[in-house]
Amino acid sequence: MLPFLSHGEILRYSRHLLIPEVGLEGQKKLKAASVLVIGTGGLGSPVSLYLAAAGVGRIGLVDYDVVDFSNLQRQVIHGTSRIGTLKVESARDRMLDLNPDIQVDIYNEPFTSENAMRIAADYDLIIDGTDNFPTRYLTNDVCVLLGKPNVYGSIFRFDGQVSVFYAKEGPCYRCLFPEPPPPGLVPSCAEGGVLGVLPGTIGSLQATEALKLILGIGETLIGKLMLYNALDMTFEYVKLRKNPNCKICGPNPEVTELIDYEAFCGVPGHDHEEGSVGGGWDITATELSQRLQQGNHVQLLDVREPHELQISKLEGADLIPLGQLAARLSELDSAQEMVVFCKAGTRSARALELLVSAGFRKAKNLQGGINSWAREVDPSMPIY
Amino acid sequence: MPTPLRTYTNGQAEIKLGGETVAAAMNDLVEQFPALRPHLFNGKSELRPFVNLFLNDENIKALQGLDTPLNEGDRLMLIPSIAGG
Repeated sequence: MLPFLSHGEILRYSRHLLIPEVGLEGQKKLKAASVLVIGTGGLGSPVSLYLAAAGVGRIGLVDYDVVDFSNLQRQVIHGTSRIGTLKVESARDRMLDLNPDIQVDIYNEPFTSENAMRIAADYDLIIDGTDNFPTRYLTNDVCVLLGKPNVYGSIFRFDGQVSVFYAKEGPCYRCLFPEPPPPGLVPSCAEGGVLGVLPGTIGSLQATEALKLILGIGETLIGKLMLYNALDMTFEYVKLRKNPNCKICGPNPEVTELIDYEAFCGVPGHDHEEGSVGGGWDITATELSQRLQQGNHVQLLDVREPHELQISKLEGADLIPLGQLAARLSELDSAQEMVVFCKAGTRSARALELLVSAGFRKAKNLQGGINSWAREVDPSMPIY
Repeated sequence: MPTPLRTYTNGQAEIKLGGETVAAAMNDLVEQFPALRPHLFNGKSELRPFVNLFLNDENIKALQGLDTPLNEGDRLMLIPSIAGG
């Protein structure tokens, strides 16, 4: 039995009711449906807003983060007045303002192997709007194990990917990506940046696929991967096939329950910069400033990209972008005391690993990057 | 060439390759850009498991892998793992 629509709802959804593919029956299906959105960030913003506006009856939101100033360039569900507040609450309030006739359930916790099955079990379909590899593999495996469709979207700089991974009817995420890339090969958005409108495009496509799946109309992206490039303004499609050796949806699965995804991917399950290496290889901005004031000669190595120097720089630092470091080690003196830095300490941590393995024993990582220098030593410098 | 790997191709997005097979074309690629090799191949000259190579719109794994024959004008596309959201 599909739910009843009030007169208010009929007026609200009038433009849907006029489309024969939706109509009153379709709108009731939307009201009866439940969708879980993992991540309330760049992708989660347009997805949640459009699903709420469309009248999806129950929407779950999973996120553990708070709204940060640097989110607002793309996370349009939040607002300046909500900085520092919980993302799931900020998003829920905006969705209920847009459409008070729906139910929004919030989960203010990271999506992990411990809680994922319990949270996801209660929803018809899942939307992957996460920002890291461990949570993407987790989301896939949860969907395969529970037999639910996973509406996948992913972004980087100007590139986006969209698909529907639904193991009952087609391939899953692991069929395409059996293994994650090695840690450090693919920069995250916090490190590499992203065009603010890109998640708007990709998230809107995810919301479209979710609505089509609920309504049972059109051709979905099951068995297809859509690739979007905003610079070239191209949409391309490739065929995806079920991998007979897939470790979770193949005929002889090795993965029959959730695993430790951070260990599997070798990276943490979030896109925050750690900023430190540990094991005595870090130096704080305050310590570095003291060393320099005491007249110690310290070689400063900036491993950011050249365009980042326009934002902030340290006097006397040499620039070798991380991608070029391995080929340019001969320009550096391993006998000298050295401090490596980047924006927030992630790229420099990788640079330090490279330097130490090449015999640079006197190198240290500036913990928290040049941003921590701006915070601790030179407040006239911007933080980005 | 996906954005994350363009660092190793001097920023080039499309590269003309020659070869009768996918293996030969990929060999041409890593000879033109030696820094790409460790990102695409393991020590046994097999594609690394996270590398997805499509010939036109088919994954080469669904064809004959690196032995798949090529025709004039074919398009090889590397599809990256990206995780941003």
